[in-house]
Amino acid sequence: MSLEMNGSTYETDENGYLINLSDWSDDLAIKLAEYENINMSDKHWEIVNFLREYYEDYQIAPAVKVLTKEIAKKNNIHRKEASTYLYDLFPKGPALQACKIAGLPKPTGCV
Amino acid sequence: MDFEYTDGNPDDHKSDKNESESVEENGKFLNPTPMLDELEEGPWPSFISGLKELAERTEKPMLRGVMDQLEYSYQTKMGYWKGGLVTVHGYGAGIITRYSMVKDKIPEASEFHTFRVQSSAGMVYSTKDLRKLCDIWEEHGSGLIALHGQTGDIMLQGIEEKETQECFDKMNEAGWDLGGAGAGLRTGISCVGPARCEMSCFDTLELHDRVLKNYVSDVHRPEFNYKFKFKFSGCSNDCSNAIFRSDAAVIGTWRDSIQIDKKEVKAWIDAKGMDNLVNNVITRCPTNAITLKDGELEIDNKNCVRCMHCLNVMPKALSPGKDRGISLLLGGKNVLKVGTMGGTMIVPFMKMETDEDIEEFIELMDNVIEWWDDNGFDHERLGETMERVGLKTFLDEIGVEPSVDMVEHPRQNPYFRAKY
Repeated sequence: MSLEMNGSTYETDENGYLINLSDWSDDLAIKLAEYENINMSDKHWEIVNFLREYYEDYQIAPAVKVLTKEIAKKNNIHRKEASTYLYDLFPKGPALQACKIAGLPKPTGCV
Repeated sequence: MDFEYTDGNPDDHKSDKNESESVEENGKFLNPTPMLDELEEGPWPSFISGLKELAERTEKPMLRGVMDQLEYSYQTKMGYWKGGLVTVHGYGAGIITRYSMVKDKIPEASEFHTFRVQSSAGMVYSTKDLRKLCDIWEEHGSGLIALHGQTGDIMLQGIEEKETQECFDKMNEAGWDLGGAGAGLRTGISCVGPARCEMSCFDTLELHDRVLKNYVSDVHRPEFNYKFKFKFSGCSNDCSNAIFRSDAAVIGTWRDSIQIDKKEVKAWIDAKGMDNLVNNVITRCPTNAITLKDGELEIDNKNCVRCMHCLNVMPKALSPGKDRGISLLLGGKNVLKVGTMGGTMIVPFMKMETDEDIEEFIELMDNVIEWWDDNGFDHERLGETMERVGLKTFLDEIGVEPSVDMVEHPRQNPYFRAKY
């Protein structure tokens, strides 16, 4: 599969995840979000940016647990509330949708 | 590797044939599957017979594809399913994804995802509800059902991603919900409990329901270190296999004496004989806690280890005590990374009758899960975390006072089995 934007073509895997992580840009993120029916707000960007920073540091997407705890800490809310908050932003799950928009590789695992 | 059959006329079974050709060729819906057919030999029921029957009845190409792919797997000695991520709105778990790695060869089974649907407490259903579930499943999925899978869920196997949301919406409307998967709280399992069993020492159905409802978001949105399972057994016969399979095993027990109905004891002896009582009940007590005194049965209740043997053999004469409740064992798990672990007795006795009892239980489990979630490593089950930090630290952290009744190892082989 591939994604076209402004005349350029970006390669993705069969589930729509970017193949070349260096292709990623803010504009492309907005485009990827559109495919997921997500309108990027500041709250969405906060999570996408966190994922990208984490990925740069560790070369792996954070476990959902790590993401949830980070959000709980940042917003001073309970873990369960943070989970609801995340799923409100990314209804099909932060692992699936937020990682895709952030241009990270597809998370593995049996979820 | 080419998709070739090993026997039969090779001209009949070309690898690249499509569905219409195959129907024309042999007039049958299914393609030949000689290796799968072997599985129908022998005295045992075969899943292949079931698959064939379902495929021929429903004529769903997906089922034919799955059989073709399995046949191909047997020929090439390789599995060709890979995972992925498929979810429904608001859920992070509940659908087990299976994409085919040989979809160019066998396009009919390019997707074959599984719905994990939560079982009811005690696995009791009305036929009306089951029919409704089957109808929805045959409409959107393959119609193939495993009831129940190892996880305790109803496994609905075989659906394409595009059908998942609508299928889920209809099921949810009919009162069903998806089960747990991944690193989250898993679908609970309970024995039938007081609904049908005289041994049950607490309401397994009620506690299962309340606990799972309390943790519903952790079932659908897996965010723990690893999986966490609750299982509820009404007595230590442990029909839900809790002790060696679940992180939190809730086992019914009693803290007074086994009730002896003297009249029924006499009736039992009259029917089965004194030899039987001595040879099959008294001498089989693992802690030698039963004796005869002047022809009457006497039980040293302090030494009873709840093996349940005498109660099972003499269900009318003997029954659990009147002061009933639960034991909580934490840290059990099946093999993976390290071997099977039995749960460690953390709460030897707790009443489980009122709402307050249930709330107290959930509060304790909140402490346990929060602590484990904060301190466990990635992919570390509760039992492994407990072992790593030591029981003393664990008890301090979850706020439970140590007691001599907390047993790490049972004092005798727990696998006592007799012919009933």
